[in-house]
Amino acid sequence: MSGNVMTFRGRVWIVGDNINTDLILPNKAFYLTHEEQALYVFSANRPGWAEQVQKGDILIGGSNFGMGSSRAAARSLKNLGLACLIAESLNGLFLRNCVNFAFPALECPGVHAAFSEGQIAEVDFEAATVRNAANGKLLSGRPLPAPLMALVQAGGVYQLLEREGLIAPKA
Amino acid sequence: MGMTIAEKILAAKSGGKVVRPGDVVTVDVDTVILFDNNFMPNNWRDILKVADPEKIVVTFDHRVPAPTQQAAAAQVTGRAFVKKFGIKRFHDVGHNQGISHQLVADYGYALPGSVLLCSDSHTCSAGVFNCLARGVGGPDIIYAAIKGQTWFRCGETVRYELVGKLPEAVTAKDAFLQIAGVHGAHATMNVEYGGPGVAGLSINARKTITAMSAELSAEFATFEADAALLEWISARNPAPIVPVTADADAKYHARRTVDLSALEPLVALPDSVVNNSLPVAKTAGTRIDQAYIGSCANGTQDDIELAARVVRGKRIASGVRFIVTPASQTVYRDVVASGVVQVLLDAGAMIAPPTCGACGGGHMGVLGPGEVCITSTTRNFKGRMGDPSSQVYMASPATVAASALTGVITDPREFLQ
Ligand code: SF4
Repeated sequence: MSGNVMTFRGRVWIVGDNINTDLILPNKAFYLTHEEQALYVFSANRPGWAEQVQKGDILIGGSNFGMGSSRAAARSLKNLGLACLIAESLNGLFLRNCVNFAFPALECPGVHAAFSEGQIAEVDFEAATVRNAANGKLLSGRPLPAPLMALVQAGGVYQLLEREGLIAPKA
Repeated sequence: MGMTIAEKILAAKSGGKVVRPGDVVTVDVDTVILFDNNFMPNNWRDILKVADPEKIVVTFDHRVPAPTQQAAAAQVTGRAFVKKFGIKRFHDVGHNQGISHQLVADYGYALPGSVLLCSDSHTCSAGVFNCLARGVGGPDIIYAAIKGQTWFRCGETVRYELVGKLPEAVTAKDAFLQIAGVHGAHATMNVEYGGPGVAGLSINARKTITAMSAELSAEFATFEADAALLEWISARNPAPIVPVTADADAKYHARRTVDLSALEPLVALPDSVVNNSLPVAKTAGTRIDQAYIGSCANGTQDDIELAARVVRGKRIASGVRFIVTPASQTVYRDVVASGVVQVLLDAGAMIAPPTCGACGGGHMGVLGPGEVCITSTTRNFKGRMGDPSSQVYMASPATVAASALTGVITDPREFLQ
């Protein structure tokens, strides 16, 4: 697999512990297009934030990020233009969706305290390292198990199944 | 060293001998459940091949009968999928309708030792049947339907030893709120329930605990099998049953005892059910606009009959909307037959058709700005049941019904002594 580029450099946004899926993809946005849904991220807890996010920005979260439902909340973070997510820990179901939608998400204990909002993070997703460009501090996260990394690099579940002729190309 | 129930099933289904925490395994999937949200125009990808139509169940539950054109379109797509692949276990709107996790119980779809997937996070509900059931993502479901497999990362297991018997007016919901209130999230871990107290809990009550375990962010929730469980399953499914027990020397992250006899009615405050429960007395008097009984956790015959016992011969407070949503048509027929629907209607309840309804903020009782609801459903995230400024308290069906009578959060023991 040639794979996508898995190193990122971007401005960070920081949120706290136990960010749930309903905050990322609220019911209100359920019937909208994927692009429209992305603009509802954190509309209940941080109104106006989604508009400020720029392509390539990086989101830092606390523990159990993405708790809650199976909805395609990871897809909204990706469609918002975020390059990746780094959290103290990721909810198991949310991690599945990150892998499924090929949104790089890394568990990295200590990351929450290591950054303040607006600083630049340099992330090597495969090596599972995060560096704070402002002070050079380097953190090591938990690498994604190899089969899951391969799935992210393959572009996620739908691209994989499409290539194998098991689902129809997107209309 | 021995294995927990979850580890044993993961090992058996991945063709290995031993599975330990941290292992990522590919497993064969026995049952894949698709529901209406999977078929939503903005979610669905057209499947060209399935591994085995016999392993698939299709239901429409989150939004039925269709409240919007998109929901109706999802059902059209779902029916076409069912027809194309000849899916036999199809629960269309009508006679066999129900919330997926309730249908698993009604029809015996989950056998001990099996692996069941659905892309609703409360799929862990089916763990009551001594199996591995997990809520996964929509793409995971499409993958599993096509390939017959999925992957899991094995986590450590916390064992809950249930002892004693619940006092009058205290329910399995309260037992769960106690666990969630004291021990908080169990992210990346499995929960396993067993012990002598299990025998005193009905299968419906045990199912409340496994369904609610989604709020612990648990990977898998499992119960030990006992005679009552095996009887429940064999009355609904003729397949041979082989229960899975934990090894005596299984290694647990922790073993904790819950004395059911020491519990009282609890209420989870808005926005979270973990680390957020209080005894009902501490929240008593909080004004409510709506009282809701339903969902995959508490929409069973037991739950609805309990609510009816509380309101029998009384009228609910004026200004309160009391909505009761049976979890399936089977449950609905049973509560009509037992006469409790009449009791509820006389008290002023609205009976909604079986659906997830307002549990997920979909329809049939969505909350407006600033409104307060007490609910027996599963989740109380900010905005979960409607407007972000609405507030959702969570409690047992008994506490919800008692609160409907008074218009404020109320201790059900006042009505059930
Ligand atoms: S009732 Fe609520 S928790 Fe249960 S499946 Fe439906 S939306 Fe999910």
